[in-house]
Amino acid sequence: MQYLSEYRDPEIIRALSRKIAATVTKPHTIMEICGGQTHNIMKYGIHRLLPEEVRLVHGPGCPVCVTPISKIDEALALAQEPGVTLCTFGDMMRVPGSQGDLQNCRAAGGRVRMVYSPADALQLALQHPDEEVVFFAVGFETTAPSVAWTIQEAARKKVRNYSVLLAHVLVPPAMEAILQDPQNQIRGFLAAGHVCTITGYQAYHPIAARHRIPIVVTGFEPVDLLQGLLICLEKLEAGEAGVVNQYARMVTGEGNPAARSCLAATFTEGTMTWRGLGELPASGYHLRPELERFDARRLLTRPPAPPPPNPCPAGDILTGKLRPDRCPFFGKSCHPGHPLGAPMVSTEGACAAWYRYQNPPSLNGSAHAIHP
Amino acid sequence: MCLAVPGEIITLLNSEPTARTGLVNFAGVKKEINLSFVPSAGPGDFVLVHAGFAIQQVDTETAKRSHALLREALQIDAISE
Repeated sequence: MQYLSEYRDPEIIRALSRKIAATVTKPHTIMEICGGQTHNIMKYGIHRLLPEEVRLVHGPGCPVCVTPISKIDEALALAQEPGVTLCTFGDMMRVPGSQGDLQNCRAAGGRVRMVYSPADALQLALQHPDEEVVFFAVGFETTAPSVAWTIQEAARKKVRNYSVLLAHVLVPPAMEAILQDPQNQIRGFLAAGHVCTITGYQAYHPIAARHRIPIVVTGFEPVDLLQGLLICLEKLEAGEAGVVNQYARMVTGEGNPAARSCLAATFTEGTMTWRGLGELPASGYHLRPELERFDARRLLTRPPAPPPPNPCPAGDILTGKLRPDRCPFFGKSCHPGHPLGAPMVSTEGACAAWYRYQNPPSLNGSAHAIHP
Repeated sequence: MCLAVPGEIITLLNSEPTARTGLVNFAGVKKEINLSFVPSAGPGDFVLVHAGFAIQQVDTETAKRSHALLREALQIDAISE
């Protein structure tokens, strides 16, 4: 596939790996923000191509993983309201709420539909004016414009039976929270390339300057990831801070103006609760006051009770303090067939990626092999 | 979740500015994609697609140039080793 397969070229991968080995003289800890990057690092074994001085820490860039249980509970409650159909991306189906997940809910008669695009949910609302169609809107800045577009389109077409349960989160406040943690060990970031296609990377300059760290906007293919790491390591070795764009074929400084203006017309930035990171100021999207009629929570006749505590240490996983395989539940009471927490559910979750790709080859991918 | 895949616009299907769509080819798989966020992209252009929406037009010139530069830099390195 053009603009994809050339970034999996083994010759370039080997050369980049050699160059990284020749560059590194001391230990460095780098966080890749995006769960898609985590998944590909594990899938392609990128971490095995690095010298042992380089430690990669998997960041909070998995929307499924950072969506709090209370939000999942709201989605479950909405799906059980009479006349409501809840539409969601497939990733959310198996994330455990306080009482089961959306898949269980559907099996028990709840109206839950998986969609590929938020536009499909709006289309469903147009086709079924007698039903309330709710889109469970999770995701980072990459996904939010498409949800914003459906809200604008619904407003233009005066659609009254479409609404959204918003759980959109923003990357820069999470990076700031990680860097401000007194136990933080991260000295450089690979910034999430696809988030930056929308937002650009101007917001990262003050973060890089304030914390004196390198931030490299990085793509997702093996060549992208290794080149992003090389740039980051060269800057760390030289003691330099600043923002570099490795993913220039997709990302410009100002991002996508049309998508950003759609976001600005639809949402305001406000406080959001993240699983593992807690409440962060200006870290999520809320509907603008004139669009509040699109808030699906108005359909809730029985708002769910606050969730009971969950033993999953997702917060330590998502901030890189705990390596997935060092969690006491990993591969025992928690595995992809029975996830205790969100990082084991999503294929982009750090725990699921570790489980799938980090086991010895003979055990690779088999839940039974590790847990007979 | 932020998975996005590049594809080539084959034809425009709807040219209404707020609901622009086109048929996009992903290595043989063709799908109708919302093009509202890439107002200047047309047939023959490559776009990056996420959740049914083109979120950016691929800068093909930059892609070719930076790929060539990378190869060049690494080959020079390989010779010097």
